[in-house]
Amino acid sequence: MTWSEMQPLLTQGTIDTLYMVLWSTVVTVLVGLPLGVLLVLTDKGGLLQNTPVNKVIGVIVNIGRSLPFIILLIALIPFTTWVVGTFIGPTAMIVPLSVGAIPFFARLVETAVREVDHGLVEAVQSMGGSIPTIVRKVLLPQALPSVVSGVTTTVIVLIGYSAMAGAVGGEGLGSKAVTYGFQRFDNQFMLITVAVLIVIVTAVQLIGDLAVRLLARRGRTAS
Amino acid sequence: MITTSGLTKVYQSRGREVTALDGVDLHVREGEVYGVIGQSGAGKSSLIRCINLLERPTSGTVTVAGQDLTSLAGRGRRAGQELREARSRIGMVFQHFNLLASRTVQANIELPLEILGVSGRDRSRKALELLGLVGLADKARAYPGQLSGGQKQRVGIARALAGDPKVLLSDEATSALDPETTRSILQLLRDLNQQLGLTVLLITHEMDVVKTICDSAALMQKGRVVESGTVGELLATPGSELAHELFPVGGTASGPECTVVDVTFHGDAAGRPVISQLSRTYNIDISILGAAMDTVGGKQIGRMRIELPGRFEENVVPIGFLREQGLQAEVVADVPAVPVQTPAPLTKEVAK
Repeated sequence: MTWSEMQPLLTQGTIDTLYMVLWSTVVTVLVGLPLGVLLVLTDKGGLLQNTPVNKVIGVIVNIGRSLPFIILLIALIPFTTWVVGTFIGPTAMIVPLSVGAIPFFARLVETAVREVDHGLVEAVQSMGGSIPTIVRKVLLPQALPSVVSGVTTTVIVLIGYSAMAGAVGGEGLGSKAVTYGFQRFDNQFMLITVAVLIVIVTAVQLIGDLAVRLLARRGRTAS
Repeated sequence: MITTSGLTKVYQSRGREVTALDGVDLHVREGEVYGVIGQSGAGKSSLIRCINLLERPTSGTVTVAGQDLTSLAGRGRRAGQELREARSRIGMVFQHFNLLASRTVQANIELPLEILGVSGRDRSRKALELLGLVGLADKARAYPGQLSGGQKQRVGIARALAGDPKVLLSDEATSALDPETTRSILQLLRDLNQQLGLTVLLITHEMDVVKTICDSAALMQKGRVVESGTVGELLATPGSELAHELFPVGGTASGPECTVVDVTFHGDAAGRPVISQLSRTYNIDISILGAAMDTVGGKQIGRMRIELPGRFEENVVPIGFLREQGLQAEVVADVPAVPVQTPAPLTKEVAK
């Protein structure tokens, strides 16, 4: 394949990958964040201690995390079809990608929120703060740097998953690598695809680290 | 202002029951600084957390400013609207400050006002006013991480005052600070107590804190209040452990045939030259073995251990004179002419 042949494939692949990853990240954060917070609140000794709810969420999250993504991808085909109308294409892939990443991200949020100093929670309680206030003004702002670093990790996992999704009817760089690089034995194209993925992952990690550093710097050094 | 009665807190831990508070009755009068002192594990932390119901007492009642908080608590673990409103009228400062690192000093002080639903402009006006009150007017835009321990605690105090509380709870507020900073924070609490008429309940393990600012004190041991009262009352109680800890006097008789007396000064008597009067009136030589004097709540207060020549019989009149002056005089030792050095004959006598 010549470069002029490769270029549109790579461009389209990159756009599809970014599209899938971006939207599934949005869904993952929207669902995973409350889930992670709920895991901490309902835990033993938590502000909303509720063992049954905690156990149920915990089990669902653990099942979600232990299923291999490729199995999840296939198992979710009926669900995906129900939600999107099809199970092929980048938009359809957002569903399994989100479902796969939500449990993972929820655990990262749980860890981040759990590390917030209990003294701060106590302080806000002593001011008469309600539980929503505590979550909004203490738990989330204080856990923000860790949550952002969790988002970075999740995005990178999603990039990996999206390449896998390419094998099962999704689009994106993964699908291009499989179709052109693997099935047509075009090693050069394969290597270039991998290189593009490396660049994307590195860029995401750099941006994430920078954001974490900016957030963590508040309150530490002179402003 | 704060009254607890029969306050009990039992923790369940792995099937075992640990009693942190065992029927605590406490009464804090309006406008006073009340210190609860005790070693770690005595139940002080549980006590102060039960006052604003951060911990639910197992039994007993807590009344703050005439309001029975225990009846507001409800059944569940969540604090209902009424309890939260009551809490917002009780300020609390913490040993480790508990400031939000991601907010500026001003935003930290505004937090309780946000919870109270105060509008943005009023919040910032109030926050700046409070910063001025605690002497940190220039630090509004700083982050807690840029402040020293003492400055952080000042922010903590300003934050606790944001809701215009009548009562301030202080949970070991000075325990993480060095001695000099401790003094300045205590001075600040004293000033606020006097300027704003704030009732302060503080818990501490440092006797110095009680000595420096408290009008009243209670000693806690194993979940119980062992002694309590105003500092004056405690001093007037013979054998009071707190009085002894607050004003430790040492020293033993320097020779044979003498009487050792502990004299406690408080109230008006503390201002008069009683010892020299005693010496002149009865023409006796008095030696001071040990003394601890201090100004507590603006009054001179203290204890002194003195030695009078002669046995107790000979000193009945001088000791009577001291008591007449309104002092407490407690005979500690009555040393005979020849100190018994060989206990052997004594035991024989006893045996007979």
